[in-house]
Amino acid sequence: MAEKYLMKGNEALAEAAIRAGCRIYFGYPITPQTELAAYMAKRMPKIGGVFVQAESEIAAINMVYGAAAAGKRVMTSSSSPGISLKQEGISYLAGSDLPALIVNVQRGGPGLGGIQPSQSDYFQATKGGGHGDYHRIVLTPASVQEMADLTGLAFDLADKYRVPSMILADGTIGQMMEPVEIREEEPHVFEKPWALTGTQMKRPHNVVNSLYLDPEELEQTNIDRFARYAQIEASEARWEEYMMEDAEYCLVAFGIASRVAKNAVVSLRAKGIKAGLIRPITVWPFPKEALAKAADRVKGFLSVELSMGQMIEDVKLATGCRKPVALCSRAGGLIPGPDQIIAAAEELAGGR
Amino acid sequence: MAIVFERPKSLTQAEFHYCPGCTHGIIHRLVAEAIDTLGIEGRTVGVAPVGCAVFAYNYFNCDMIEAAHGRAPAVATGLKRANPESIVFTYQGDGDLASIGTAETVHSATRGENITIIFVNNAIYGMTGGQMAPTSLPGQVTQTSPYGRDTKTAGWPVRISELLATLEGPEYIERVAVNNVKNVNNAKRAIEKAFRNQVEGKGFSLVEVISSCPTNWGMTPKQALQWVDEKMIPYYPLGVYRDKSKGV
Repeated sequence: MAEKYLMKGNEALAEAAIRAGCRIYFGYPITPQTELAAYMAKRMPKIGGVFVQAESEIAAINMVYGAAAAGKRVMTSSSSPGISLKQEGISYLAGSDLPALIVNVQRGGPGLGGIQPSQSDYFQATKGGGHGDYHRIVLTPASVQEMADLTGLAFDLADKYRVPSMILADGTIGQMMEPVEIREEEPHVFEKPWALTGTQMKRPHNVVNSLYLDPEELEQTNIDRFARYAQIEASEARWEEYMMEDAEYCLVAFGIASRVAKNAVVSLRAKGIKAGLIRPITVWPFPKEALAKAADRVKGFLSVELSMGQMIEDVKLATGCRKPVALCSRAGGLIPGPDQIIAAAEELAGGR
Repeated sequence: MAIVFERPKSLTQAEFHYCPGCTHGIIHRLVAEAIDTLGIEGRTVGVAPVGCAVFAYNYFNCDMIEAAHGRAPAVATGLKRANPESIVFTYQGDGDLASIGTAETVHSATRGENITIIFVNNAIYGMTGGQMAPTSLPGQVTQTSPYGRDTKTAGWPVRISELLATLEGPEYIERVAVNNVKNVNNAKRAIEKAFRNQVEGKGFSLVEVISSCPTNWGMTPKQALQWVDEKMIPYYPLGVYRDKSKGV
């Protein structure tokens, strides 16, 4: 067993990225992801890696685009307003079929918003964000341990499918400290014959590009990419079920919200309400099947979120609105407490 | 029979799409000749801009990437940092480099990134049909300055070479032109030097090439070259603005 460390989520993610073979990091300062960049600044020069503090989030994501095209594992991190600036580059990564990791340690918005934790970039992360038809794989850690565990996975999935991936965390998960075990594993190596490493006069030139002026050709690149997205949706959805075996009411929550929701499930059961929790670990692909199956047997759903209600739309879609779906949320950097969740679940269960 | 003139190996067989009289073709050739001369084709990676040269990835025979508008120096930074043995160049126009990409230009220069930038300044947005560029001259008529660039409302043209030369970071900054044989020969030398600097690990090198746009200037190719001589060069004087190793 590997040693356990007491680390902040942002630091655990950074160390896990390094152990996953990432030696290139580009970033720009923003709260609450600060510790992540600081960790990279400290570690990368000691291990022959690259740390560049870019002039902007826009420059950082375009540096990521360049390094990803060179075939290297590369990442950037930011928080909500900064992630908005990165959307152009994320669209180019998607359009050029390049793997890279983007970390969003979310804070409240819109606009400059605040610096307290939030999940209000859910739409941006799962529905596009930048221009054009595209998706990225979005993983949502609910603990410091998962900040570490999901990072290697995010790199692997990005490389496997040639898509950008995102860790969608929040200010709480990023900044809280928990014991964490960072696994020592040989990073998985993927062949990248498309990488821009120079022809070495041995092959025709590689071109990384997302421009197709012929609409039929452009449509075809979209169709091909969506065939890969279909594969991802079929095989990469991840979720955790908690006390769902006999549940009559299903709470749905990810990230820090799921931690509170878990406590609420226990309290609700003590009060005689058979509650359970489905915690999406990937929000794209969304665990549609798990929700659809639950809809066969539960009486209602409660989407617990740190936003005005965004994931709730996916819950409704996945369940076909066959059962009532209610929302329990706080926005602006606040977290719904167990009492609020319990009250909302009781109301859903018929005002008990 | 000895071959005295041929297509550089670093150009593909693709035909250029550039307008008649445009000097992009000459500048592409000079870049390709520099790559050939230095024997670096196999390890060169080029970054194409958004603008008239957007299809540069079809013309250069080395590995190529297409960047978002203005972001080429950031993309080049990523490529070079990821693979320091690669020779990385960007090829950018004035709207790309001196307007939307000013931050990327200035900061890649001040970091002294070991990359080569070919900056083609023709004082207009060509691809989109002739709008005012950051480098359009005072009084210059364009689609978006139909009464001539009024410096009171549209500001003054940016002199990129002079601006970058104030920084400690860059190794080499030179402004050249390709409007006559003498200037083309000088541009060839400068572009080759900008690539050689990178091979030798000297750092950031930028060559600003004053170019012409007969189509959007509304001139014949010959008039356009004269306009370069009479209007452009007086505002954008040719010469070496920085050559750190030589103390310039």
